[in-house]
Amino acid sequence: MITMENVCKSYRVAKRNAGFREACKALFHREYEEIQALKDISFTIRDGEMVGYIGPNGAGKSSTIKILSGILTPDSGKVTINGRVLWDMGGRESLSYRRERYRRIDHVRQIGVVFGQRSQLWWDVPVTDSYELLKDIYSIPDSVYRKNLEELTESLALRELLRTPARQLSLGQRMRCEIAASLLHSPDILFLDEPTIGLDAVSKLSVRDFVKKLNRERHTTVILTTHDMQDIEALASRILLIGKGQILMDGTLADIRKDAATMDETLAQLYKTYEIT
Amino acid sequence: MNHENQIEQNKRTGALRLYRRYLSILFRSKMQYKKSFFMLFVGSFLASFTIFLSVYFMFRRFPQVKGYTFQEVLLCYSIVLMSFSLAEIWARGLEAFPGMVRRGEFDRVMLRPRSLLLQILGTQCDIERFSRVLQALVILLYAVRTSSIPWTPLKIAAVFFMLTGGCVLFSGIFLIQAAMSFFFLDGLEFTNIFTFGLNEHGKYPVDIYGKGVLWVLTYIIPFALVQYYPLLYVLGRRQELWYAFLPFAAALFLIPGYLLWRVGVRHYKSSGS
Amino acid sequence: MKKYISYFRMWLVMGLQYRAAAFGGVVTQFFWGFMEIAAMHAFHASNPASYPMTMEATCSYIWFQQAFIAMLSARVFDGEILESVRSGNIAYELCRPVRIYDLWFFRSTASRLSGAGLRCIPILLVAVLLPESYRLSAPAGPGQFALFLLTLALAVLVSVAYIMLIYISGLYTVSSDGLRRLCSSLMDFLTGGYIPLPFFPEKIRRFLELLPFASMQNVPLRIYSGDLSGTAMYRAIGLQVFWLVTLVAVGRVLCRGAERKLMIQGG
Repeated sequence: MITMENVCKSYRVAKRNAGFREACKALFHREYEEIQALKDISFTIRDGEMVGYIGPNGAGKSSTIKILSGILTPDSGKVTINGRVLWDMGGRESLSYRRERYRRIDHVRQIGVVFGQRSQLWWDVPVTDSYELLKDIYSIPDSVYRKNLEELTESLALRELLRTPARQLSLGQRMRCEIAASLLHSPDILFLDEPTIGLDAVSKLSVRDFVKKLNRERHTTVILTTHDMQDIEALASRILLIGKGQILMDGTLADIRKDAATMDETLAQLYKTYEIT
Repeated sequence: MNHENQIEQNKRTGALRLYRRYLSILFRSKMQYKKSFFMLFVGSFLASFTIFLSVYFMFRRFPQVKGYTFQEVLLCYSIVLMSFSLAEIWARGLEAFPGMVRRGEFDRVMLRPRSLLLQILGTQCDIERFSRVLQALVILLYAVRTSSIPWTPLKIAAVFFMLTGGCVLFSGIFLIQAAMSFFFLDGLEFTNIFTFGLNEHGKYPVDIYGKGVLWVLTYIIPFALVQYYPLLYVLGRRQELWYAFLPFAAALFLIPGYLLWRVGVRHYKSSGS
Repeated sequence: MKKYISYFRMWLVMGLQYRAAAFGGVVTQFFWGFMEIAAMHAFHASNPASYPMTMEATCSYIWFQQAFIAMLSARVFDGEILESVRSGNIAYELCRPVRIYDLWFFRSTASRLSGAGLRCIPILLVAVLLPESYRLSAPAGPGQFALFLLTLALAVLVSVAYIMLIYISGLYTVSSDGLRRLCSSLMDFLTGGYIPLPFFPEKIRRFLELLPFASMQNVPLRIYSGDLSGTAMYRAIGLQVFWLVTLVAVGRVLCRGAERKLMIQGG
């Protein structure tokens, strides 16, 4: 179970104004702007849920994902994952570096992350070599590794791809390999960040089918951020809408859907309602 | 199932084994581009060979500089070159780290249940630069044989200390560079003074640059502790034994480097960029 | 004209945004120059008689070299051009009704001038104010200064014309990256980047002075202090012109060949 309680996060960004005079001024003095990325975010995700996390660009989606994956420290609030406290910024401020490091290592073992726009495969060697490396990184026992690889190869149709260097794969093929790479260590939670971006129709469908199957059979919790409403329609039983750093809506697809409207229209309507475009 | 896993996971793959795995992938990746590998190999050889040539040309004109003969300068040059090249080979990941942060690849590193530094050192390794190590070795052997130094086991040990101390010191500087890139997006170009600059200008014993430089390189960046002072002992200009052991003091430079790195990681985790 | 002014302003604004990088570059260059002069002093002290230049001329040489490194170096490349060659985006540029050689030539020249323009001022300013033994001294005379400016301009053009050949080689071979790294330090050495040409052994020096690399730094930086003068100087200027013409001609021919090759192979 994942719980986020009253999580806030703000960044300091350097202001950069256009124009020659401003550039000269910035030479000596820089102004900073406080940007609140997350304002008091709270939600709970039960084991085995598939949640679509949606919102316009810059709404705070990736900050949330980063906090949940343990690589971004919130300013305040508490995050618990599977009963273990990941962040508790209300209590004692900071752990020692050593403790924090072990917490990171313990935590990331149980999650898998797929970034649709970035690759984790080694470019020039066959995909299996990347997998073997991941096996060592996660210290996956032989038997588990073989079993997982076999299953993933089967359900993602990777057999032909494993011997190919990643650079020679098409985008769709590569994305399937990426997903498998994130699941070799059998994580309980999977974060998918725009997993179908740029894929052709066939690849999109196969990725969606696979994720559904994964959730059904392994009971993996899936958190999905995407701009593709068909992904949401196919995968998410629950939708969290975030805008301007706040959770604006937490419900099911049926809740927001007006009859006959397409998914994209529904979403556009939603954004308009909450004035977050 | 999770529990079973965790029990088994206690048998962690050793760091060394993992590092070897990284190296093997790196090596195979590079072998995909043999021609480019070869050119880089020759290119980095030439890069230091031209420096050697300029030292050689200078000494054809001047028999000695500040009392150092050609052979003595070569001894110094080859030791610095070797320790720097070794550090550059294995700490290449640290050198390329600012780019890694900029491209957001560091997030992926944090998402892995492993030491961050191990992963960073593992993702890059400039084996092409081995041509420099070979060159340094040849020059070192030449200098050892032709210089009129009466070699003793302790002097040989001192040379060894200089090499390792130098390698550790340069790695420490690379680590500091990497750590600083957490705080500054650009403008770190000047830190090359302490890597490439020290490698190139470290070809001469640093006292030829004057007292001020010697002071800075003793107390601020302890380069003279791996180069100048132990060299004095090896050349027989100073008899004090502890001069030979100063490279160990220079190795302590890793400590502030590592502390800064930790502060940097923490900063990164709270700023997210 | 207005177009150029606004272009210039945009460049300045962009340059100022990278002020930290520029500052870092200035510090590095300054340190480099200082260390080199210090080493030269040590050699000079060991045997003044065999020192082939005056110490003053050496200082000027080194300071100008550091100040103008982005403009004169044979190993500073325009990343965007390299990238467009590597990624094949060059195919789009080939479709446009411009001559690719001219386009790149102007771009390289502009980016070199802007790279050096921002950095040279602080370096030169500080170098003028240093204590005497490290100072950048005044030019040998107004005539020399005029010739210095002229040959400096020629030197920039020769370096660009040479660099163009390296870019173009990228159109012929995939591994031009390696080729570049293979050559760059050698080029640096031959231009007098490590030790000024007068410090090379006599025979080698006489040969090197004929190469295009000597036209890139050696000529202007030595004319300034009067180290290069008389017939040798006029010969050197003649060589600069010769190399500029030759390199541009060769580059043009190669470029046209590459264009044809790209058209046939489709990039």
